[in-house]
Amino acid sequence: MAEPGKKPKKEKIPKQPMPEQEPAVRARNFDEVPFGLSQEAAMKEAERCLQCKKPLCITDCPVEVDIPGFVKLIAEGKFAESIRKIWETNALPAVCGRVCPQEIQCEGKCIVGKKDDPVAVGNLERFVADYERMYGKGELPPKAESTGKKVAVVGSGPAGLTVAGDLILKGHEVTIFEAFHKPGGVLVYGIPEFRLPKEIVFSEVNFLERLGVKLVRNAVVGRIVTVDELFEEGFDAVFVGVGAGLPTFLRIPGENLISVFSANEYLTRTNLMKAYLFPEYDTPIVRGKKVITLGAGNVAMDSARTAIRLGAEKSLIVYRRSRTEVPARGAEVHHAEEEGVEFYFLTAPMKFIGDENGRLIGMEGLKMELGEPDDSGRRRPVPIEGSEFELECDLAIIAVGAGANPLLAKTTEGLNLNKWGYIVAEPETGKTSKQGVWAGGDIVTGSATVILAMGAGREAANSIHKYLTLGW
Amino acid sequence: MFKILVKQELAPNIHLVKIAASGIAKKAQPGQFVIIILDEKGEKIPLTIADWDRKEGSITIVFMEVGTTTHRFATLNAGDSIESVVGPLGIPAHIDKIGTLACVGGCYGIAAIMPIARAMKEAGNKVITIIEARSKYLLYWEDELRKVSDQFLVTTGDGSHAPQGWISDRINQIVDEGDKIDLVFAIGCTYMMKTCSEATKPLGIKTIVHLNSIMVDGTGMCGCCRVSVGGTTKFACVDGPEFDGHQVDWDILLTRQKGYQDEEIRSLHEWESKNWRRIN
Ligand SMILES: Cc1cc2nc3c(=O)[nH]c(=O)nc-3n(C[C@H](O)[C@H](O)[C@H](O)COP(=O)(O)OP(=O)(O)OC[C@H]3O[C@@H](n4cnc5c(N)ncnc54)[C@H](O)[C@@H]3O)c2cc1C
Ligand SMILES: Cc1cc2nc3c(=O)[nH]c(=O)nc-3n(C[C@H](O)[C@H](O)[C@H](O)COP(=O)(O)OP(=O)(O)OC[C@H]3O[C@@H](n4cnc5c(N)ncnc54)[C@H](O)[C@@H]3O)c2cc1C
Ligand code: SF4
Ligand code: FES
Repeated sequence: MAEPGKKPKKEKIPKQPMPEQEPAVRARNFDEVPFGLSQEAAMKEAERCLQCKKPLCITDCPVEVDIPGFVKLIAEGKFAESIRKIWETNALPAVCGRVCPQEIQCEGKCIVGKKDDPVAVGNLERFVADYERMYGKGELPPKAESTGKKVAVVGSGPAGLTVAGDLILKGHEVTIFEAFHKPGGVLVYGIPEFRLPKEIVFSEVNFLERLGVKLVRNAVVGRIVTVDELFEEGFDAVFVGVGAGLPTFLRIPGENLISVFSANEYLTRTNLMKAYLFPEYDTPIVRGKKVITLGAGNVAMDSARTAIRLGAEKSLIVYRRSRTEVPARGAEVHHAEEEGVEFYFLTAPMKFIGDENGRLIGMEGLKMELGEPDDSGRRRPVPIEGSEFELECDLAIIAVGAGANPLLAKTTEGLNLNKWGYIVAEPETGKTSKQGVWAGGDIVTGSATVILAMGAGREAANSIHKYLTLGW
Repeated sequence: MFKILVKQELAPNIHLVKIAASGIAKKAQPGQFVIIILDEKGEKIPLTIADWDRKEGSITIVFMEVGTTTHRFATLNAGDSIESVVGPLGIPAHIDKIGTLACVGGCYGIAAIMPIARAMKEAGNKVITIIEARSKYLLYWEDELRKVSDQFLVTTGDGSHAPQGWISDRINQIVDEGDKIDLVFAIGCTYMMKTCSEATKPLGIKTIVHLNSIMVDGTGMCGCCRVSVGGTTKFACVDGPEFDGHQVDWDILLTRQKGYQDEEIRSLHEWESKNWRRIN
């Protein structure tokens, strides 16, 4: 107890460790790696927050979640209030708590982190969202009176889900059109089960459906219906959140050999189609023994870690640049290394080598060194003459980025695109060049993050609401 | 869920299925395909839209039993439903007045070529339809095809329906007899499309083939379906499925189609051992 009149000195609490599956165990299953904080640990962790007057953590959160606010409510054991505080700005906290790059956002700025480990904002967000999913009453937020306006949302990734959730509450009728048979976008087809259990995504979508959002699966807009036809069918506004969705290949010899995959294919087969349960599930996947993944972003980490779980004896990440330029979340790199993923830095792929049956047996690499900084500010890798060498492999996964899928844009007149094929949209509103059409997420920015896609969705939703009530 | 309205075995191991899918029926064009999933555990497989009824809101597909999915599909009946039907996918066949056209089909392509032959005839072309099968008992849809053709030829590998031979033989024969063919349209097994293209190349007849690489999403998202055409990589699902048969790298296509051979055999074997009662 603190003495009266004296400011109680906070006892220093260490960062509460996140309990997780042992590396050797989890490297053989697809269950989620961290178990989540216990109630006690979460409350203790929350107490580490200094409740700053000018919280730096918020400034680097793309949607400006009231972090000290929700953390305080956790410390007080008011979990139901805490999650509602987050929902004011973030509709998918169970997802964001798991996949946001906190180390370059909230946690990267947290003042406690100057001397100690920062407050584990991500773990706390995840805790309180999971708590609500498990023990919450599931009561629905109040909905505004019906406006009679109809909105079509194309794509059910984080951008589309956010738009749908916001607009249904504002009283509009919302229909989501999704190309796949399951909603969620990258959250479902890209990010693996061991990082983001699909049940969590489906429960979020289910929540939207309970609010009255209609979900049309198996509907590729541009094929079964065009954006213009949506207007003819009576929709008053259309939001396009179709993601990036175009695999990048390396354009090097041997790329069409059997067992050379784009990360999109490798991950879609495994996650969406559940090829890791083959032959119980019908979709097959190549189970490589020596696997090379090219690239070092989140997609590459997910691919290399999936390969381990599918029985790889060696899973190697080959990256053109050095460790300091690795773009993946710190936690993913750490988990990957714990699970046995090895890194080969400063190496560029030159060609894939096949046997007489067209199957991959190796890759030729070229050593690089770091030169002058390039446009991105990172030091440009330059080839070292004559340093070619061969790496044995029987599966290669190309995870060097994505481009803009042209399918929808090609069938929509009047939609301006930039030189890379991404849709041009006003940054503050998401308005495109076509009246009544908004866009946001990866199809506007290029591959980014879940939280940025959600932020874009929220801004577009506000702008759509204004349009539907006040005009363009 | 998509309901099966009609199911019929056209020939041994070749089935016709009519599915309620009004949105797709409304938009379907000759040469397009759908990707289906049977149920929660199913794989995504592409099948050509062999016909549609916009009024009824149905599409018709004809498939051959080759592996697990098609065997499983064959056990379903009218009244059953399947989980997913996505489409219409792919670029529609380019329908134009060209002159004399040979529309050729084998295996499932006997059905899949029908909408193209029909549209080409409606566009004022002279349509010669040629179908092939190993043996007479594998033929089907002869009447349907005769109706949409100016000339209709059948050829069988074993000669059980004369003449004996393959589509490439019939094309050579037509040309030898002094008739002119301006364009060949081929759908069916890869080997047939390849030999057809090889036969027409020296004759200088442009040949469009309908490529059947392995696919997943069918929207250009995964690159699984990539083929090499004229030295560049194309995605069969969005850049095709129709390509110039003389430009296709058939070896790469045939190799990539074998990508999952071991898994496919294992999968079918496991399914058959669990379901032998249902098959017999
Ligand atoms: C493997 C992987 C790992 C990642 N890891 C992280 C991470 O850890 N943290 C993080 O913040 N970000 C991560 N990202 C990035 C993040 O997932 C994306 O930035 C985000 O999902 C983009 O959201 P979106 O709504 O714009 O599009 P998407 O999530 O791509 O969703 C688009 C949806 O639209 C559908 N669609 C496409 N075309 C059509 C059409 N014509 N008609 C109808 N529907 C259509 C698609 O099927 C899809 O469901 C990762 C991405 C990948 C691929
Ligand atoms: C554009 C297109 C249109 C097609 N139209 C028809 C049609 O109208 N009728 C018909 O019977 N068949 C059609 N096919 C072929 C059909 O998709 C395959 O026969 C089917 O996928 C086999 O699945 P399975 O599980 O029964 O056999 P599996 O045992 O999985 O495979 C048998 C063979 O089929 C091919 N195949 C396997 N999986 C796929 C896949 N996901 N995508 C494509 N090919 C695959 C492989 O080359 C394999 O060697 C078409 C293919 C394409 C690409
Ligand atoms: S910066 Fe850190 S200590 Fe300050 S409010 Fe944010 S989470 Fe709490
Ligand atoms: S099937 Fe995925 S890109 Fe064609």
